Amino acid sequence: MSDSPSTPLTTADGVPLKVSLRRAVRQSKLKALLLVAPLLLFLIVAFLMPIGEMLWRSIDNPEVSSSLPRTVVALEQWDGESLPGEPVYAALAEDLKAGQKARSLGLLSSRLNYEMSGMRSAVMGTARRIELIEPPYREALIDINDAWGEIDTWRVIQRESSPYTLSYYLAAVDHQYSPSGDIVAVPDYLQIHGTLFWRTFWMSGVITFLTLLLGYPVAFLLANLPLRHSNLLMILVLLPFWTSLLVRTTTWIAILQSQGVLNDMMVALGVIADEARWQMIHNKTGTIIAMTHILLPFMILPLYSVMKTIPPSYMRAARSLGGRAFLSFRRVYFPLTLPGIAAGGILVFILSIGYYITPALVGGQSGRFITNYIAYHMQTSLNWGLAAAIASILLFVVIVFYLVFNRLVGVDKVKLG
Amino acid sequence: MTATAEAEPDTQQDSTSTNTCFARFINVQKSYDGEQLVVKGFDLDIRKGEFVTLLGPSGSGKTTCLMMMAGFETPTHGDILLKGAPINGLPPHKRGIGMVFQNYALFPHMTVAENLAFPLEVRHLSKAEIQRKVERALAMVRLEGFGDRRPAQLSGGQQQRVALARALVFEPELVLMDEPLGALDKNLREEMQYEIKRIHADLGVTMLYVTHDQTEALTMSDRIAVFNDGVVQQLASPETLYEAPENAFVAYFIGENNRLQGIVTEYSETVCQVQLDNGDRVLAKPVAVSGVGERTTLSLRPERVAIIRGESTGFDNRFSAEVREVTYLGDHLRTRLSVCGSDEFVIKTPNAADHAALRAGDVIDIGWTMQDCRALDA
Repeated sequence: MSDSPSTPLTTADGVPLKVSLRRAVRQSKLKALLLVAPLLLFLIVAFLMPIGEMLWRSIDNPEVSSSLPRTVVALEQWDGESLPGEPVYAALAEDLKAGQKARSLGLLSSRLNYEMSGMRSAVMGTARRIELIEPPYREALIDINDAWGEIDTWRVIQRESSPYTLSYYLAAVDHQYSPSGDIVAVPDYLQIHGTLFWRTFWMSGVITFLTLLLGYPVAFLLANLPLRHSNLLMILVLLPFWTSLLVRTTTWIAILQSQGVLNDMMVALGVIADEARWQMIHNKTGTIIAMTHILLPFMILPLYSVMKTIPPSYMRAARSLGGRAFLSFRRVYFPLTLPGIAAGGILVFILSIGYYITPALVGGQSGRFITNYIAYHMQTSLNWGLAAAIASILLFVVIVFYLVFNRLVGVDKVKLG
Repeated sequence: MTATAEAEPDTQQDSTSTNTCFARFINVQKSYDGEQLVVKGFDLDIRKGEFVTLLGPSGSGKTTCLMMMAGFETPTHGDILLKGAPINGLPPHKRGIGMVFQNYALFPHMTVAENLAFPLEVRHLSKAEIQRKVERALAMVRLEGFGDRRPAQLSGGQQQRVALARALVFEPELVLMDEPLGALDKNLREEMQYEIKRIHADLGVTMLYVTHDQTEALTMSDRIAVFNDGVVQQLASPETLYEAPENAFVAYFIGENNRLQGIVTEYSETVCQVQLDNGDRVLAKPVAVSGVGERTTLSLRPERVAIIRGESTGFDNRFSAEVREVTYLGDHLRTRLSVCGSDEFVIKTPNAADHAALRAGDVIDIGWTMQDCRALDA
């Protein structure tokens, strides 16, 4: 049909077939749209917009340009080689005066302090005394704070006068701009995010592997037991979902802590001495154990849904053709469950790199995830730009994993339940 | 075929010696729940090179018997022998029995050639030999050049051939087939029946075949075991099953058949008279009755009833019948009659040139011989 574009098909009354078809399906399309509209609206407002906001915040840089508008303009002509001239200082004094009146210099001082320590006191201290100074401003300002007499200060202000910045992303991967504008690693003792990213990834990998190891046999049983038994088993698998996540996590604290159930039992049985109780909580072990337990259903369910579609006759065929039980499993059954393994793996891995509450409660210092630092920057240090940059990197990693998964396995092959 | 029918009594005499028969079921029973027997005392001897079919309605226990032979189910009681040795404790992969499954069970992640190579690889054959055997097997089922395809890229009939080739490629002496043609359409099914027969004849392999389709069983088998309710109702060649069913179930299950109910009024070894429920009296051959007063079902094949014009000659039974319905079926006519108290009495007459057209409402005379009318159990 498509090989004769010169004569488009028409219906009996001469209307082109495509137009007619479009009319016919318009009504049903409209109905479908109306049905999903509430959820769509909710997702846009509650999901897409916050993500957009997060991405925006990770590069947004309004503080310098909005608080020091005159200085920014005056600095445009500056060559960056020697201290700027009097007009720049005059503009700064003007800006600080206005800012002090409007009480809007707090954000600016924090922002500049991220780039160069000491800038908070330089800005706030100068602003407090700005009403008292008189021209020439250059000497007066340097008199108040030495920072105004350093070229690096002006370089930072000039660099951060752009409305966008990459410095949050640099900070997220333990780098920063040197005063001269090069990208350099932060000193060793300040490097923390790299370790955390790495720890988050490898621990998530371990957790994913453990859920697979524990979940595969269970999923196999679920898929192959008679219905009556498999229903019971399914309820047991889903039971954790009916309990609060917080309860499940704190239960692990009760079990694993040094005066906890497990240690008490081991001491009572004489397996370990009372002084040598196992340290299983508030470290990596605690995080791994608790999260493996909590994420296990997310591995079992995709595995089960794939295994359910594998007829038992495949294994029987392999056995009847002469394959020993294990060989038949390895050559026939296991390859057919790979989409389930991939789906469960990607699900558990993505969930666990974004997990927050369990590592926060049982992870202690050494078992924390990068997410816990996002929360720290959101709630304690109030460096939202950095929090947004770290979260954006996580989002990016998840998307990359998803694309790789889609390429290798195909999302359409995965059915849940 | 006749040879098999003649050889049948021999088997029964020989059933004590194991060297004439290739595979045996000896009083095999199977229960899944400990309350009901799915298979109740199954005995069967299969000779080498024979094509034996287990035929029965679904749930009659025939597939269970096949699965016990393959080793996927364990008999609750009784023995299964292969080449004279009991195989009850032998795991499936050591039995060396080829099997074709209902839905083919081709491994979807392997190509056709890899599927065929699987049984050879697990037997550690050399690469060259595997390739040679795979090609020969593909040629046997006429699928040369399909080795690189995936099963999903093949039609149902082609998948069936691959499954067949895979069950045969490692040269097993016994091949089991579990309703292998059930998923195919009618034409393809018939084609595959002849294909399987041809391969059976070419290779001389012993086959145990399970189906619920009587045409399939009649076409392909040397002997058929008719199953019902966990028991073999009759084990015989196709001719014997059709011509001389031993009980009402076999008569009903194999081919079409008129059934008339009545009570034996006169009885001798060779002939009995039966009074039907409407009072008519019929002469019949006693098969499963043993004396006067017993209730019986008379079984009569539709094609053995003749329409009589004028004087009757040689018919033991003659009745006047009213035509209810005539169905034109091309090569023959199927006429439903009202006779002997039954409205469902059917006769089949060849569509011959001289055949007078019957119409509903016509009254005709029909007749049949005593030999064709078998008095079976009630």
